[in-house]
Amino acid sequence: MSAREVILARIHTALGPQPSAPMVHACGPQPAPYADAALRFITCATRLASTVTRVTDRTEVPQAVAHYLNVMDLGKVAVCWPELLDLEWIASGLSVTARDVEPEDSVGITGAFCAIAETGTLMLCSGRNTPAALSLLPQTHIALLDAGRIVTTMEDAWALLRAERGELPRAVNFVSGPSRTADIEQTVTLGAHGPARVHIVLVG
Amino acid sequence: MQVSSLQFKRKVTANLANVQLQGALGKIESRFVQARAEAISHLDDFPATREHATRIRDTVLEDLAGWLERFEAEAIRRGAVVHWAQDAAEANRIVADIARQHRVKKAVKSKSMVSEECALNEALEAAGIEVVETDLGEYILQLAHEPPSHIVAPVLHKTKDEVSDLFAQKHQLPRKEGIAELCGEANAILRPHFISADMGISGGNFLIAETGSVLIVTNEGNGRLTTTLPRIHVAITGIEKVVPTLEDASTLLRLLPRSATGQDITNYVSLLTGVKAADEADGPEHFHIVLLDNGRSQLLGGEFQPMLRCIRCGACMNHCPVYQSVGGHAYGWVYPGPMGSILTPLYAGLAKTVPLPNASTLCGACAEVCPVQIPLPELLRALRRKQVEAQLRPRIERRALQAWAWLALRPVWYAWFTRAANLALRIVGGRTGRIGWLPGWCKRREFVTPQGATFRTLYRRSARR
Repeated sequence: MSAREVILARIHTALGPQPSAPMVHACGPQPAPYADAALRFITCATRLASTVTRVTDRTEVPQAVAHYLNVMDLGKVAVCWPELLDLEWIASGLSVTARDVEPEDSVGITGAFCAIAETGTLMLCSGRNTPAALSLLPQTHIALLDAGRIVTTMEDAWALLRAERGELPRAVNFVSGPSRTADIEQTVTLGAHGPARVHIVLVG
Repeated sequence: MQVSSLQFKRKVTANLANVQLQGALGKIESRFVQARAEAISHLDDFPATREHATRIRDTVLEDLAGWLERFEAEAIRRGAVVHWAQDAAEANRIVADIARQHRVKKAVKSKSMVSEECALNEALEAAGIEVVETDLGEYILQLAHEPPSHIVAPVLHKTKDEVSDLFAQKHQLPRKEGIAELCGEANAILRPHFISADMGISGGNFLIAETGSVLIVTNEGNGRLTTTLPRIHVAITGIEKVVPTLEDASTLLRLLPRSATGQDITNYVSLLTGVKAADEADGPEHFHIVLLDNGRSQLLGGEFQPMLRCIRCGACMNHCPVYQSVGGHAYGWVYPGPMGSILTPLYAGLAKTVPLPNASTLCGACAEVCPVQIPLPELLRALRRKQVEAQLRPRIERRALQAWAWLALRPVWYAWFTRAANLALRIVGGRTGRIGWLPGWCKRREFVTPQGATFRTLYRRSARR
């Protein structure tokens, strides 16, 4: 008998015959939708040490990003997701390429599938045009978020993903700020293995 | 990891006298207890959320085989390979075989308590594979050759200065003083390993049956790097970790970080499903999931089944007055505190773990905070009962209880004995009414002698009036 058979047999012996329980997509208690989801998102994200800039239109994004990189003295070079190449980066004085991220890259610019207002969290889905490592390897992660893509809870995010994509991508990453650790004397230090800075440009 | 729970009393004595450890343990109150209370207060309805979470876990345990089979089928459909391991040795063999098959020279690891349970690192190193722990706490433990002392904060027992000394010695770099500098040094040393490793090993906080996914919660980003960069990802976790749906995982995720570290959500929550597509830039080419039994199935269908609800938050040990005083290493295995005092005897055997179920005042603080309402004090008492049945209690204790039982069944003898003892103690206590010379007992306690007559005498007198 294989280990699988042994283990399943042990479970069946212990529990006796069990009717197959149905797969129910019931949600537990959740917060009600917020009057201003964007405000709730910004409040929570900021509390978790992300920084947020709000612009009215997608065309304003390159300027906002250039301003941020300038103020933080982070240079003028970045790697981005292919879907963001159409923005006017050059006009803002930035050199932004869409390619596989290298360990030496210091700024990564991504979009986001959606965001969760309850906890100030970005949801990123991996894919050919949305590689996961771009939001992970560089020390600075800049995320473009459409204000219309802010949902109340993680449950809402799953519903949106099912409706738009059907299948899960290889990796869904929920990001709630710069990487951190509190392993030494339970004191929180920002900037561990993931990005040390998360800057969100909220559009709309 | 070897079980050394029989050393409990000796370790407790040492740990209570350890000034540095006591200083480190002093942080539990503010960093964990208060932080948890604050985060839980952010929930609209903690009792209802907790009730829902308990039902989710019970639904799974009532048909564990069915849910595991559903998880396996989905995981395989999405391109993962699912392995089953009856015990730690088999799990280690499976992972070593995967490594050999793929000619792995180096593996990076993100935190996995199950891998500690199996002593996976030692097994892989014996097979010639370099294993690098990447969670900062686990990395420190790896350098120091020590086991974890807490399931969420593995180096809770170490002070900053101890880490400074360790890094200076092992890294051969100038000694760093600040916590931020120490973290920066560790980051710089570990980063190249992520990039050059052939295999990434992770645990799994939950297995989602609906989608065949492994869900991990982290703060550092090492979990993401471990499961994104290397060409092989191995996830190892216990069979009890499966949950039915993504919505169920979301309910549990409202409770796990809050109960563990006082965070509303961990910095990263990663849901990993299958392998990378041919045209994808990053992700593993091979995804292996190892489902470990190692005694878990033994708990099903019996009075200890609720223990399998555990989602490994650590709230119980954070609130336990015993753990707060003695720390995790005293318990002698991977899992300390209340949950460890129940799991270790159940997994390693009663005889090897006699002190643990008794390392409790049954105050119930653990049960109050457990997000899935495990009746921890009741399970500890059940284990004490099992110890008596297995005749594991010290002979003197058994004889003393037998003597008392003999007396208690004979009211006349009982009355005579207690009146004689009452008189004797009053004489020995003298005018002060105190005895201070009993060895052991009187080191930290007062022995106050009886004042006046026994209760039975007083009752008889008042009945006559």
